[in-house]
Amino acid sequence: MKRVGIPHGLFYYYYYPLWKTFFNSLGAEVVTSPATNRLIVDAGIQKAVDETCLPIKVYFGHVFQLCQQNLDYIFIPRLVSIEAKSYICPKFMGVPDMIKATIPGLPPVIDIVIDLSKTDKLLKKDIFQLGRLFTRDNKAIRNAYKKGLQEYYFCRALAGQGYTMSEAIQVWEGTSQDITGEYDLNLGLLGHGYSLYDENISMNIVNKVRAMGCRVHLPETCDRKSIEAEAATIPKRVFWTLGRKMVGSALHMDKRKDIDGMIYVACFGCGPDSLIGEIIERKIKNKPFMLITIDEHTGEGGLVTRLEAFCDMLRRRRASSENNISSHG
Amino acid sequence: MKITFPRMGNTHIPIKALLQGLKLEVIPPLPISKKTMELGVKYSPEYACLPLKINMGNFIETLDQGADTILMAGGWGPCRFGYYAQVERDILKDLGYQFDIVILEAPDSRLSELFKQIKKLGKNVSLFEVCKAIKFAWYKLNTVEQLEKKLEYILARVADKNAAEKVYNNGLDAIDKAGCYEEVAFALRSTLNKMEKLPHHNRILLKIGLVGEIYTILEPAANYNIVNYLGRLDGEVIRSIYTTDWINDHLLGGKIKKSNHQHIINCAKPYLNYWVGGHGQESVGSTVDFAQRNYHGVIQIGPMTCMPEIVAQSVLGKVSDEYGIPCMTMYFDEHAGTGGIYTRLEAFMDMLQRRVMEHNKHKFDLVAGRN
Repeated sequence: MKRVGIPHGLFYYYYYPLWKTFFNSLGAEVVTSPATNRLIVDAGIQKAVDETCLPIKVYFGHVFQLCQQNLDYIFIPRLVSIEAKSYICPKFMGVPDMIKATIPGLPPVIDIVIDLSKTDKLLKKDIFQLGRLFTRDNKAIRNAYKKGLQEYYFCRALAGQGYTMSEAIQVWEGTSQDITGEYDLNLGLLGHGYSLYDENISMNIVNKVRAMGCRVHLPETCDRKSIEAEAATIPKRVFWTLGRKMVGSALHMDKRKDIDGMIYVACFGCGPDSLIGEIIERKIKNKPFMLITIDEHTGEGGLVTRLEAFCDMLRRRRASSENNISSHG
Repeated sequence: MKITFPRMGNTHIPIKALLQGLKLEVIPPLPISKKTMELGVKYSPEYACLPLKINMGNFIETLDQGADTILMAGGWGPCRFGYYAQVERDILKDLGYQFDIVILEAPDSRLSELFKQIKKLGKNVSLFEVCKAIKFAWYKLNTVEQLEKKLEYILARVADKNAAEKVYNNGLDAIDKAGCYEEVAFALRSTLNKMEKLPHHNRILLKIGLVGEIYTILEPAANYNIVNYLGRLDGEVIRSIYTTDWINDHLLGGKIKKSNHQHIINCAKPYLNYWVGGHGQESVGSTVDFAQRNYHGVIQIGPMTCMPEIVAQSVLGKVSDEYGIPCMTMYFDEHAGTGGIYTRLEAFMDMLQRRVMEHNKHKFDLVAGRN
């Protein structure tokens, strides 16, 4: 049985169910690196160029970790575009080359190109090419991909119920996740999935705000159509897929009555975020908004203080808007 | 209508000529000063890249002078530049400025569309006059570039570097002021003559390839004038990007003059196999090309957090190892500590010089009579 490694980073948080099902259906074993930990982060920081953003560095760490295991292939797709006329980010387009140039001793790399910006014919061709590594049966490849897509949609539906993508993947794999709790605030939490849902990169921000009594609303829990509709109100179409999703979600949440405030988690050095954050900040009219920039710095105190202050402010704001005069004067 | 546009190197000379040819009142951007930087940095997003901040400074200065229309370029990603104009417009509107913005979107090498956009800019001008204006601007651009190339060649060789720079600056002024072909040609010829007459030194000459992001390469203020500084250290700089080549490759589909763009892309192939936006692939390809042409070293420059250049930088290490060509990467932001930048350049040049001497050891021994 062939062993395929999938690094636990970047678009793992969106597409892992798809690829795992795909490879498993073709009779391959899927190996992933463990969830991000300090060792992986350190290895990534050491391998990657200083100027790259933290999620990419962490991805380097995961790849390095996987290299230690006995693998037949390592799956590092070149994600150019996952929808028409949009891109992810230049770094995603170069990730396989960056890794090949900096990490020695890689197992054979599967670097298929996923580019739907103009046509989806190329993807089909690449999927078949990918499948031929394991079987010659075209029908089996087609079925495996279909099955993968089904699992992916299922996982996305799970995320719609309030799980983060990382929790949704764990639920999908059979471990139960408890997200019920006493919540009195509704908080919109935005950010690129690979930084927001990675508990090490985002310093577990999702569970931190949950513990402070906030029900978390993520882009995945919002209605996809209204996100697109809101994003279309911007004068020029945002050509980064995630950027557009964030702008759309922010504007959508801005109009929703039940949401009290929004937090945007950006990575230091992220190109799209540097402009998207600015656009969101200028377009949002009704809700408090906070932008948090994270990097490999590990001091959690500052983050906790800012989150607490933000939640306190939201509670006070709600109290004053309900005309409740505090009995403490 | 008083029209203005952002500054990028010497491109303000041909752009001004073009807009004047369209019978528009032009307020050209001021040279980028400390004040420009300060204004731009103050009002731009903190983590935006340097060109956006400099653009903002340019716009605020010219809007204060009375400009009411901004001419800006656009694009469709994945590089951030495509979204500059949108962010800049929002910020300037929020600052309370009243203006129109004309965005020339990248036309996917369809020349007719760009031509239409330019034609629409000019009010009350005939098609003939538009063609004439474009042709004259193209001529001026070519002359300016000839002068730039000459300076890069001569600055490394002359003994009196200040004199060379002075002649060059006077030449640029003369081309800027020239109103017809004859005057431009005269200004070019006389400047080139003056440059050629300057006496040379006989120290070791180093050939440096300069690769990276287009704005940082073209605009001296965005790279703290390292091109001239390298010249002063006896380094002959050849850039990977010249404006005419860029226009030829990206706007005109390589139709006006011979292009080596495809060759550069092919050179990048084993290292960076895909287009990554901006000039990432060109940076890698040019480095390989420079190495094959036996340059002494390559310097990659870009604005801090430039995404395509980071990808290029990641693979440049491997190129450097395999071709044995020293490569150095420098990122620039509003931090203007030129001391650190110049020290790094001097160290790099010293290292290259020592490599050359090591390589040609027998020759130097001969000269010193130690054979």
